[in-house]
Amino acid sequence: MSTATETIEGFVKQEYKYGFYTDVEADSAPPGLNEDIVRLISRKKNEPEFLLEWRLKAFRHWQTMTEPHWPKVKYPPIDFQKICYYSAPKKRGDGPKSLDEVDPKLLETYEKLGIPLRERERLAGVAVDAVFDSVSVGTTFKETLAAKGIIFCSFSEAVHEHPELVRKYLGTVVPYTDNFYASLNSAVFSDGSFCYIPKGVRCPMELSTYFRINAANTGQFERTLIIADEGSHVSYLEGCTAPMRDENQLHAAVVELISLDRAEIKYSTVQNWYPGDEQGRGGIFNFVTKRGVCKGRNSKISWTQVETGSAITWKYPSVILQGDNSAGEFYSVALTNNYQQADTGTKMIHIGKNTRSTIVSKGISAGHGQNSYRGLVKIQKSAENSRNFSQCDSLLLGDKCGAHTFPYIEVKNTTSSVEHEATTSKIGEDQIFYCNQRGLATQDAVNLIVNGFCKEVFKELPMEFAVEAQKLLGVSLEGSVG
Amino acid sequence: MLEIRNLHAGVEGRDILKGVDLTINAGEVHAVMGPNGSGKSTLAAILAGREGYDVRQGEVLYNGVDLLEMDPEERAREGVFLAFQYPVEIPGVNSTYFLKAALNEIRKHKGLPELDAMEFLSLVKEKMKILELREDFLKRPVNAGFSGGEKKRNEIFQMAVLEPKLAILDETDSGLDIDALKTVAEGVNRLKKPDNAQLIITHYQRLLNYIVPDVVHVLFDGRIVRSGTRELALELEEKGYDWIVKHEAVPA
Repeated sequence: MSTATETIEGFVKQEYKYGFYTDVEADSAPPGLNEDIVRLISRKKNEPEFLLEWRLKAFRHWQTMTEPHWPKVKYPPIDFQKICYYSAPKKRGDGPKSLDEVDPKLLETYEKLGIPLRERERLAGVAVDAVFDSVSVGTTFKETLAAKGIIFCSFSEAVHEHPELVRKYLGTVVPYTDNFYASLNSAVFSDGSFCYIPKGVRCPMELSTYFRINAANTGQFERTLIIADEGSHVSYLEGCTAPMRDENQLHAAVVELISLDRAEIKYSTVQNWYPGDEQGRGGIFNFVTKRGVCKGRNSKISWTQVETGSAITWKYPSVILQGDNSAGEFYSVALTNNYQQADTGTKMIHIGKNTRSTIVSKGISAGHGQNSYRGLVKIQKSAENSRNFSQCDSLLLGDKCGAHTFPYIEVKNTTSSVEHEATTSKIGEDQIFYCNQRGLATQDAVNLIVNGFCKEVFKELPMEFAVEAQKLLGVSLEGSVG
Repeated sequence: MLEIRNLHAGVEGRDILKGVDLTINAGEVHAVMGPNGSGKSTLAAILAGREGYDVRQGEVLYNGVDLLEMDPEERAREGVFLAFQYPVEIPGVNSTYFLKAALNEIRKHKGLPELDAMEFLSLVKEKMKILELREDFLKRPVNAGFSGGEKKRNEIFQMAVLEPKLAILDETDSGLDIDALKTVAEGVNRLKKPDNAQLIITHYQRLLNYIVPDVVHVLFDGRIVRSGTRELALELEEKGYDWIVKHEAVPA
């Protein structure tokens, strides 16, 4: 058709920059899943008995379950016996005690991804836990954080160093029976990040985990657990990339957040898993369960996500508002291009009195992309005087993509209020022409409009991530003026 | 500045312009009048470079250069400005940011340094006075939720900031009440300079009470059938377009 439409369609077709593969010797389990594999993973990690038992219970439960088919996504059946459930870069001797002992190839990989781990090049103000396939390869700024009593380490390390905390909180927000992929994760999860902020401590830097899938035919099943004790505060970031491959790869993570009295957790994600090529070949299946519980009074949990990658995204970062006066937030930008599909949204479960939740979801569809918002706002009888505000906006680029909204609302008392607003718009040729006529090139015009559309969500991201998110969408920062 | 020679153009196989000739020099204000369907807006759209029109014959020179070969944004950067009949809403995009981006594109093109936020803001505040705009205007998204009158005022405000060489005003008077019409016309008059030109496209004479053109052209059935002074517009107002139709058979 016209040049404007072509440019609109071509706009997000930037090459995937993180598609390289690192050639490291890997220690992998044979493909397939049975109790022996679960035991093997647990043994490799030298886990205490309670955890193995938990994994086995999860595995047995998983076997009784069937895959969910309610999301508005289409994909060929997954053969769970063909996936390899454990892959780790081969360790030198006993494994790295400090980052100096980490395989230089791995450090190089993270440098290429823009995440320097070496002491002198570290990102100022951000502590990073780097997870490569199934294991954490290193965590920066551990000592600085330890001085404040903050625990930030790989999940495996937490199992050994702080088993009481792991045992107390693991599976309390997302039980191993929760859903098909959460159960699978509970059985075979290999690593992830663990974070504990003690009472009254404000974490002095951003904590972040950088996930990298490297090995082929491997699933990544990480598990993150963050506990913010009374009156504490933490901001946590998560980034993800994977090599370009023609086969689909499964990523089924679980994230659990626990916010006690007056504590606040801000969790931000920039998800850029390999999305597949222009014809829709390859890409990550991103089937993730993320949930937080505002357990204490006046506590708060805020999710911000920018989802640009993955062939399929299926996730609903949710908040259970249990404590009185607690607050939950969900800010999301999801972009689907080419043949990408996203079915994403949130659940806000109001239990405590005077609880508040805010949902702002921005879906951008381009190419043949299909983008669905699915959200549940549930206000229980006990949640008197609660409030929810939801806003779901969709932006269409081109005429072959789709946007869908599935809001579910349940209110069981008469003192609460729920608001839902939704809009769908299309970048029109008349908008592009208007911008052209004022001197702006079409690419800049599209960037301007997309960026304006996402502004409300971007402003929720920590500085470093806001920049990365904008780069991802191929847009320049708007809003520094006026 | 602008030379249109024997311009034939149309849309989807339909002829709309059937040989338009028009020359505008720097410092001049021209008005093109005509009944509905005479091709006024097509002329404006072709000059600004909107897609979907085929030019079948003739040429348009802008300062001696083939205008039709240029992309719309190039024309804009070279100083061609179209005040839209129906200004487009761009939700989410802040007016100030939009206009700053536009101005800096034009400045870059001219080899001038880009303005920073502070410099831009002081320029904009100056120009806002001309159009009697309120300050909160700058914080709103481009045209989103504006009334018809506000949109038209915004067009002229943008014109004031971008300082074009050739401004084409496409039915800027439509939908304006008399007070808004005066404000807009006054704005346009203040922007008139010896080195720029204005092309006013209108159906009615009333705008020309406030913006006095040097030349008035009557566009009828895709051709300029009559050109004259301001009196022509008044005569047209009095006698109606039928008067032209009757005389159209007679070669001018």
